[in-house]
Amino acid sequence: MKDTMNTPSAVIEARGVGLTFETADGPVHALKDVNLSIGKGDFVSFIGPSGCGKTTLLRAIAALEHPTEGTLTVNGMTPDEARRARAYGYVFQAAGLYPWRTIAGNVKLPLEIMGYSRAEQQARVEKVLSLVELDGFGRKFPWQLSGGMQQRASIARALAFDADILLMDEPFGALDEIVRDRLNEELLKLWAATGKTIGFVTHSIPEAVYLSTRIVVMSPRPGRITDVIDSPLPRERPLEIRDTPEFIAIAHRVREGLRAGHLDD
Amino acid sequence: MSAAPRPHWARPVGVGLAALAALAAVAALVSPGMRGTLAAILTDPRSAALAAIWVGIWLANAWLAARPPPSALVRALVTLLFGATLLLLWELAVRLYSVPAVLLPAPSAIAARFAASLDILWIDFVQTILKGALSGYLIGCSAAFLIAVLIDRSPFLQRGLLPVGNFIAALPIVGIAPILVMWFGFDWQSKAAVVVVMVFFPMLVNSVEGLKATEPMQRDLMATYSAGYWQTLVKLRIPAAMPFVFNGLKIATTLALIGAIVAEFFGSPTRGMGFRISTEVGRLGLDMVWAEIAVAALAGSAFYGLVAFIEKRVTFWHPSQRGR
Amino acid sequence: MRNAIPVLGVVAAIMVVWYLAAVWMNAQWTRDQAARAGIEVSFADIVADTLAQDRPRLPAPHQVLLELHALTWTEEVHSRRGIVQSGSLSNRSLVHHGLVTLSATFLGFAFGAGFGILLAIGIVHDRATDMSVMPWAIASQTIPIVAIAPMIIVVLNSIGISGLVPKAIIAAYLSFFPVVVGMVKGLRSPDAMQMDLLRTYSASSFQALWKLRMPASMPYLFASLKVGIAASLVGTIVAELPLGGAGLGTRLLAGSYYGQTIQIWATLLVAAILAATMVGVIGAVQRMTLTRMGMAQ
Repeated sequence: MKDTMNTPSAVIEARGVGLTFETADGPVHALKDVNLSIGKGDFVSFIGPSGCGKTTLLRAIAALEHPTEGTLTVNGMTPDEARRARAYGYVFQAAGLYPWRTIAGNVKLPLEIMGYSRAEQQARVEKVLSLVELDGFGRKFPWQLSGGMQQRASIARALAFDADILLMDEPFGALDEIVRDRLNEELLKLWAATGKTIGFVTHSIPEAVYLSTRIVVMSPRPGRITDVIDSPLPRERPLEIRDTPEFIAIAHRVREGLRAGHLDD
Repeated sequence: MSAAPRPHWARPVGVGLAALAALAAVAALVSPGMRGTLAAILTDPRSAALAAIWVGIWLANAWLAARPPPSALVRALVTLLFGATLLLLWELAVRLYSVPAVLLPAPSAIAARFAASLDILWIDFVQTILKGALSGYLIGCSAAFLIAVLIDRSPFLQRGLLPVGNFIAALPIVGIAPILVMWFGFDWQSKAAVVVVMVFFPMLVNSVEGLKATEPMQRDLMATYSAGYWQTLVKLRIPAAMPFVFNGLKIATTLALIGAIVAEFFGSPTRGMGFRISTEVGRLGLDMVWAEIAVAALAGSAFYGLVAFIEKRVTFWHPSQRGR
Repeated sequence: MRNAIPVLGVVAAIMVVWYLAAVWMNAQWTRDQAARAGIEVSFADIVADTLAQDRPRLPAPHQVLLELHALTWTEEVHSRRGIVQSGSLSNRSLVHHGLVTLSATFLGFAFGAGFGILLAIGIVHDRATDMSVMPWAIASQTIPIVAIAPMIIVVLNSIGISGLVPKAIIAAYLSFFPVVVGMVKGLRSPDAMQMDLLRTYSASSFQALWKLRMPASMPYLFASLKVGIAASLVGTIVAELPLGGAGLGTRLLAGSYYGQTIQIWATLLVAAILAATMVGVIGAVQRMTLTRMGMAQ
């Protein structure tokens, strides 16, 4: 049954997923009837206004929230099983590094919890720190680094163990435009180098279009998917691609989708 | 800081004189019998000399403080100068007015007594501070921390124990000393018991607060790693709790000394700081009493300083420590 | 209010432990008495006796409450020396001793807190005062000042100052420093932007004090007042230890001399009630003030 439903390469599969929070003011439908299939190696962006459930959906995939309806599978398992199998790394809105640990110590944190050997820990820390271009900063403390460097360190932390899924919840939302552009470029390089499947929540249209192979447009009350756009852009993307007609056309379609979602308010 | 229109010494002198006047007024208000004495003191030429010294040093301090920016050295100098002034005025007042030593010994007499009684002071220090206060402090604080970790797993106990603990922490717990002296005898064990009870609740309340002090995002992060209870406790909750824990440890240092000394008033062997203070007061040996007070002050500051030093090493990452 | 059930649960658990401890700690004496008299005692007899001894090692809660009732209501209303029959408070009653302690605490606290606030204003406005006094004020909090209270009392007594004032001086001294330190923190709590705003209006430093620093310091003030009044009460009680006459501290020492354990516990209970009431009253004033100022959390 499951095999027929899943496309062969589907990594994340949502069928009729709904999530309702019971609050003092009555139930809040954070997600309703979400159907989505994310293939291996995809870069999927979730975009929409606040309250559209994009973060809730990402948290449900990470088993930080639990759907009240429908089925959600990650690598063919339930999200909870996938979490126990350490299937993904998660990057939060803020870097959330532990201030009492050095940068290297922070990257080591998941490795310690998952019981890697000391030598292995050391090797991996060096590898991922150079992947996010933070070589030589391992002995610094988080508060000695700029916001952009802290966020890179938190990405390194999510990459340190071999999860093939990377879930990112507005990771660059708190950074300024210039730093954000740089990190977007680096993230694409990283994605090309590692071949990971990435789920990326954002509220910036250019960011979503620039990064993704698929863009999931969402709208609020109840949180639902209104459009899924497959990007025709090549995988290799210099920053200048944002001035091309193709790019502008996709951005336009995303904006239309967001506006349509607002019409029935 | 822009230049003030008034001369720079006007305000400090004003503040200094106002403080003196206020003190005198209160003394006169509180005790009618003191009015005559006060009038006599105020009209005495010797008082003018003391007041002149006070104003002089205050001016010197104001001058030092007004030169921007005051370096750490200048700051320390001003502080020490002020402390030294108080000592000097004390010494001069005792000599000029020939205050009897049974009332208020001069600082020089206290220092002489201190130097001459080092052996007794050391015995008392060991009995009260090392045996009574320190052992009680260690037992009480570690017990409170362990129990905080235990009740942290139960929201019911947290919600029940925290208000009760806060309530008990505000009570005059030192009053339990006579009971504990009855239970544990006159020696240091009963003093340690008083200290345990006194430090327990402030430490418990602070530790429980601290263990709750993690951010939701940090807890979510541990959840994405499928970290277990112990891993989360050791790697996240306990480090995050440290600033609160040290706050409790610092409050407890002073409480520990108070408990150990006061408990000796209810019965002790023939040594210990509280014992010495109460017996020397009875024999009017006030210089010895003041020497013990000096020991208590030094021990208290050193104890607190030690805990603050360790805190600085452990919680170097906390914003309140980074600024300095 | 959602804390009511857990709190009651914890209090009930403490009571149960207290009763069990009372039976356990007092049982030895019961057995000794029985052995001396040559009688066999059953477990039920032991339990009954341990909760009803005259001088138990640990009195049971109901004994303490009965003693409290006897030393307040019964003493004042029915005794020959009570206020109903003699027109003045009985010198045996804890009402009398509590009031003596309370008045010294209040007097001292009022002066200590008042001076603390004034000194804090001086420290915030004058750098020389700040640099001279503040480090000593902070250092003084690490010194066990309470412990020397009895000595100060004896000295003041010997120069003819006795009664309320010496105790009040200690209470004042103890509430003084917490208020200074808390109030300085509070008066400095407005951030640079708020201070700059007043500077753009060329407000005088008095206006800045009255319109910004004072209101901003209120939460800090009340927090330190709570600490201060608790410290004042402890100071007064400890100060009363060496004194004859009246006061809760005096009763504690007397009780410990004569082994009157139930009386000690009743006295402690009165002290606890006083402390809780005073802190509670300040807390209520705090809530009212902060609510009116729109600063309540």
